[in-house]
Amino acid sequence: MADNEYTYAVARIRSKELTLLNSQAVEQLLACKTYEECLHILADRGWDTGTSGGAEGMLAAERDKTWSLIAELAGDTSEFNVFLYTNDFHNLKAAIKQVCMQTEVPHIFFSHGTVAPNTILKAVQEHDFSRLPKRMQAAGQEAFDTLLHTHDGQRCDVIIDRAALESVYAAGKESENEVIREYAELTVAEADIRIAVRAARTGKKLEFLERALAPCHTLDVKRLAHAAVSGINSICDYLTATSYDSAVPALKESLSAFERWCDNLLIRRIRPQKYNPFTVAPLAAYLLARENEIKIVRIILSGKLNQLSDASVRERVRETYV
Amino acid sequence: MNFVNSLGIVFALFGAVLAALLPGIGSAKGVGATGQAAAGVVTEDPSKFGKVLVLQLLPGTQGIYGLLIAFIALSQIGILGGAAQSISAAKGLLYLCACLPMAFVGYQSAIHQGKAAVASIGLVAKRPDQFGKSMIFPAMVETYAILALLVSILSIVGIGNLKI
Repeated sequence: MADNEYTYAVARIRSKELTLLNSQAVEQLLACKTYEECLHILADRGWDTGTSGGAEGMLAAERDKTWSLIAELAGDTSEFNVFLYTNDFHNLKAAIKQVCMQTEVPHIFFSHGTVAPNTILKAVQEHDFSRLPKRMQAAGQEAFDTLLHTHDGQRCDVIIDRAALESVYAAGKESENEVIREYAELTVAEADIRIAVRAARTGKKLEFLERALAPCHTLDVKRLAHAAVSGINSICDYLTATSYDSAVPALKESLSAFERWCDNLLIRRIRPQKYNPFTVAPLAAYLLARENEIKIVRIILSGKLNQLSDASVRERVRETYV
Repeated sequence: MNFVNSLGIVFALFGAVLAALLPGIGSAKGVGATGQAAAGVVTEDPSKFGKVLVLQLLPGTQGIYGLLIAFIALSQIGILGGAAQSISAAKGLLYLCACLPMAFVGYQSAIHQGKAAVASIGLVAKRPDQFGKSMIFPAMVETYAILALLVSILSIVGIGNLKI
């Protein structure tokens, strides 16, 4: 569709944005004493709290609602598939492990993906990776052979995770949608930094890092890999010279603080789409805003269920889009 | 020379046609785009129908201005009254030139006013209490259509008095 054909869709999204959780609503949820009180507030805001499957069922229903709306507005949702690539690759990883280990683990697959979990499982079971999209074929085959011959689950993970990041990055580069480009770049950069920090903590070798890190525009993965071999301080020193210098304090705090910093950065970068009346970008921004909202609600609800302290829940909660 | 002079009425009529045609196309585009945005808002909140309808109508004025210029030009050259005069080629070209401000400014301003109105509909969708302010942004574009309308009217009326 031409950019000016999204006028109707964007106007509907503008109205829908009114129902997104804002910072006051998040504060209200945080102030709730019990899990049930949170559900009550969410029900008042139109969330389907009566679904089976508890909180996860409710969050899945909310995600379904968002994707149905986008499908109705955009007609073809293939432009937004990049947001589901990580789920596809997770399912591929799960299927390979399930087949190689000859065990069946219930609820191991994500329901939201561009390829049905059963198709992935069947492709792995029958060793016919040509049934999968091209971006998953080579990685699936290599990961399967590696796990079968070496029984090294981590190597299998590295192969698939790298392929997932490369797919996201390639989709971002191909897209004319600025939100998708931003999402792809930040997703790959965040994953690279997270891998580098974990590798530095566990003393991984340069060879591992070079295999695991996916190239992206804002990071020099070779320098990042060398920094990771030298330790976390070297990673922080390297990042100071990049556009992720403000991530260093969060990185020094914890990986979860860093993930929160990345999510907040993405939300800040897509916020200008609230004022864009044309193009498909506000639809992509709304999808990400809803995902962010679901993440916030999950954090708060699990905090309430597990009776975590207010402070520990609060430090995990992300910034809101509206 | 007689053939060239006989083209006077053709030039004048061409000017009137342009004045009606281009702003009309621009208005159709502008009103169409705002209509899509208005439908999007009303889908989610039918109570905003009245407010978005006003914004949808704003880019429609250029088409009316164009029609007005065409009427004045047609009546000046006598086509409207059924008594077409023989006018010189110079006078015909002057009528054509006089219609151009409305034709081009009307076309462009209708499209841009439509875009501004779409953005204002987004504003009303989120903050209906700011309806008054949301009207001002697209209305500013109207200024230039009105200026072009004035220039075209004054020119066409002035040309009528010229003895060329």
